[in-house]
Amino acid sequence: MNVPDELKYAQSHEWVRVDNGDIVTVGISDFAQAEMTELVYVELPEVGRSYSAGDEVAVVESVKSASDIYTPVSGEIVEVNEALNDNPSLVNSSPFQDGWMFKIKISDAAQLDKLLDANGYKDSISS
Amino acid sequence: MNSPPRQSPLHEVHVAAGARMVPFAGWEMPVQYEGIMPEHKAVREFLGVFDISHMGLLAVASSEPEVSTKWLDGLLTNNVASLEVGQGQYTMLLNETGGVIDDLIVYSKGCSEYYLVVNASKTAEDYQWMLDHQPESGIMFADVSGSYAGLAVQGPDTVAAFARLFGDDVTIPERFYMAEISTPHGDVLVCRTGYTGEDGFELFCKASDGPDWWQRCLDAGAKACGLGARDSLRLEKCYPLNGNDLSPERSPLEAGLGFAVDLHKDSFIGRDTLLRQKTKGLHRRLVAIKQTQKSPPPRPGYAVYAGDEQVGTLTSGGMSPSLGVGISLAYLSIDHAKVGTPLHLEIRGKRFAAEVVKKPFL
Repeated sequence: MNVPDELKYAQSHEWVRVDNGDIVTVGISDFAQAEMTELVYVELPEVGRSYSAGDEVAVVESVKSASDIYTPVSGEIVEVNEALNDNPSLVNSSPFQDGWMFKIKISDAAQLDKLLDANGYKDSISS
Repeated sequence: MNSPPRQSPLHEVHVAAGARMVPFAGWEMPVQYEGIMPEHKAVREFLGVFDISHMGLLAVASSEPEVSTKWLDGLLTNNVASLEVGQGQYTMLLNETGGVIDDLIVYSKGCSEYYLVVNASKTAEDYQWMLDHQPESGIMFADVSGSYAGLAVQGPDTVAAFARLFGDDVTIPERFYMAEISTPHGDVLVCRTGYTGEDGFELFCKASDGPDWWQRCLDAGAKACGLGARDSLRLEKCYPLNGNDLSPERSPLEAGLGFAVDLHKDSFIGRDTLLRQKTKGLHRRLVAIKQTQKSPPPRPGYAVYAGDEQVGTLTSGGMSPSLGVGISLAYLSIDHAKVGTPLHLEIRGKRFAAEVVKKPFL
């Protein structure tokens, strides 16, 4: 199971990449995509809307089931990965790169410190 | 109610192969191996094998031929007496108000013996219902489900795979016929039926022989498939799923299964309701609905709208792997059941355009 060291993780299986300044990129982990199996539909959040950490912001659906995606940090959605509308399987094939889901402008950088590092996330999925 | 799920004779084989196991109808069964999409595709294009050991198998016999035949004809919608030896028939067990208890396949073994292949979730209920309606004497009736493993081999390569499994000297049964075949690996019952819309056969063997026959099917070229693909395959062909598309509140005529009902028979439980529906016309029908706009996968329970009015709820639904669009089934009033009727499905508060289409989807 791939758990890149440079990312932060939420217990609910989202990853966070701190790109530059106060904008972070969010996707779901390799573990989560494997659990959800082949995705056939991704419902992305609306650009410009603000959410609090832990809010449901997106939905991913496999042939069999739907799963909610939560934002790990509070802030405003500034960009979504439109490529997922036509090709939701990018989340399966490239969860940490091409399958990213949204970028959010964080309102409270301290929230990043509450997320798990790679080792902490590895522990959480192995227990 | 909370008893642990039953395990198939193939359970260890599934787990060892890394299958994703899920609870289904009181059983723990594989929902997928590699993935629903590749498994679905394998069955449409080549060959797949499913574990169907959870299906129920009921055995019926009587010393006098007419006793068991008459009994079954009084319980089942189709015409049991018309069956030739070795022939099977899709049929239904109804309650007194014409609602579906179960849909099943009855096979005539000859000498007034029959096999009934019934749904896993309904086996106990079917058995009890039939016991409750059994004549006082003359019938031997048993639930023999636990003694057998069942495998469904399905796909366009079926005939060649059968020859690889049994050799060129053994003839594959005709569609809807069965054969008892003796092999060096034990006796098997092969029925030329399936639930995928492809050519195929269902093989029943002694439970302990199940893992070996599973391996032989894989060696004959079949891809291991789970219940996920079985569901998407059957939905594309509009085969109803009991508990979803069939229920004790809906008749087979409403479900569009009139072909499995013989109203010319003297009597069977539920016949009066069906006769009345046939004479007066149906109020509702199970219709096929296809999304006409990109949408999340439709799922059972989603609301169906015609204009601003909710006109039904989905009984089955999913993204069709073959068509790449959402497909679903719902009971709609006759006013909304016509092919081409525009509809909307409500999914998480948003409405997505759809329309009634001709069955099957594929």
